[in-house]
Amino acid sequence: MANQAIALDTVFHALADPTRRAVIARLGRGPATVSELAEPFDMALPSFMKHISVLESSRLVRSRKSGRIRTCELNSKSLMAAERWFGEQRALWQSRYSNLDGLLAKLNGEEK
Amino acid sequence: MKADLRFEFLADKDRRILTVIREFAAKRQLVWDCHTRSELLDRWFAPKPLTTKTKHMDFRAGGYWHYAMITPEGQQFWSRLDYLTINPIDGYTALDGFSDEAGGINPDLPRSNLNATFADKSAHTLVTTIVQYGSSDDLQKAIDMGLKDGLTSTLERLDELLPVLLAK
Repeated sequence: MANQAIALDTVFHALADPTRRAVIARLGRGPATVSELAEPFDMALPSFMKHISVLESSRLVRSRKSGRIRTCELNSKSLMAAERWFGEQRALWQSRYSNLDGLLAKLNGEEK
Repeated sequence: MKADLRFEFLADKDRRILTVIREFAAKRQLVWDCHTRSELLDRWFAPKPLTTKTKHMDFRAGGYWHYAMITPEGQQFWSRLDYLTINPIDGYTALDGFSDEAGGINPDLPRSNLNATFADKSAHTLVTTIVQYGSSDDLQKAIDMGLKDGLTSTLERLDELLPVLLAK
């Protein structure tokens, strides 16, 4: 459950900024390269890349690089849902195995 | 989890496979017992804060484990693990499915194949569990079921909220 809170926090943080909201709005019309996305903003590229990386870590946006050109697109809801499900499965196994660590330690203690 | 114990979780959506690799600080026989004896499974299998309750356990090829994971509020989620092959203490394969309290499998809900192997790693044990869904439809059903929790409805609200935020 803590993972879900973190996932939502990153989404809300990503949306809290007007530049990032404008990027999302632009990507709503289709994929675009980073330089196309940066063009309307009076901002140095490294600063703009920080916004892109915030959007990517929130998983609202994904990007891929081909040569020197990075293209961004909105992550579809279904893709986000699948990734989130895998994340939940991972958390489930981690929690389950952490219980087993405790049980094994206890059983090992009983043997001695 | 102890930091020095290996844990790997690999998701291959295209092949519908989850691979979970985990090291345990115990001998293989004890780790095997914890996976195959219901009185021990009941003590660890459900993630916290849920608890595990076994209704039926017959650990042999053709037998099955019928159990519930129970929330602190008392809600019960029943499952049935049908054992296909067993090689003590190296591994087993099984068919995982959702069931009702009486033990009947719900054929509409996704089933997955489970392949667990146990190996020595010095004085520790390495357990590799491979979970494979039969079809991408099964995997999608499992994902959709996982979406019934609170976060999904929040995300759906977010989908409604996005156009409002973007209009500003």
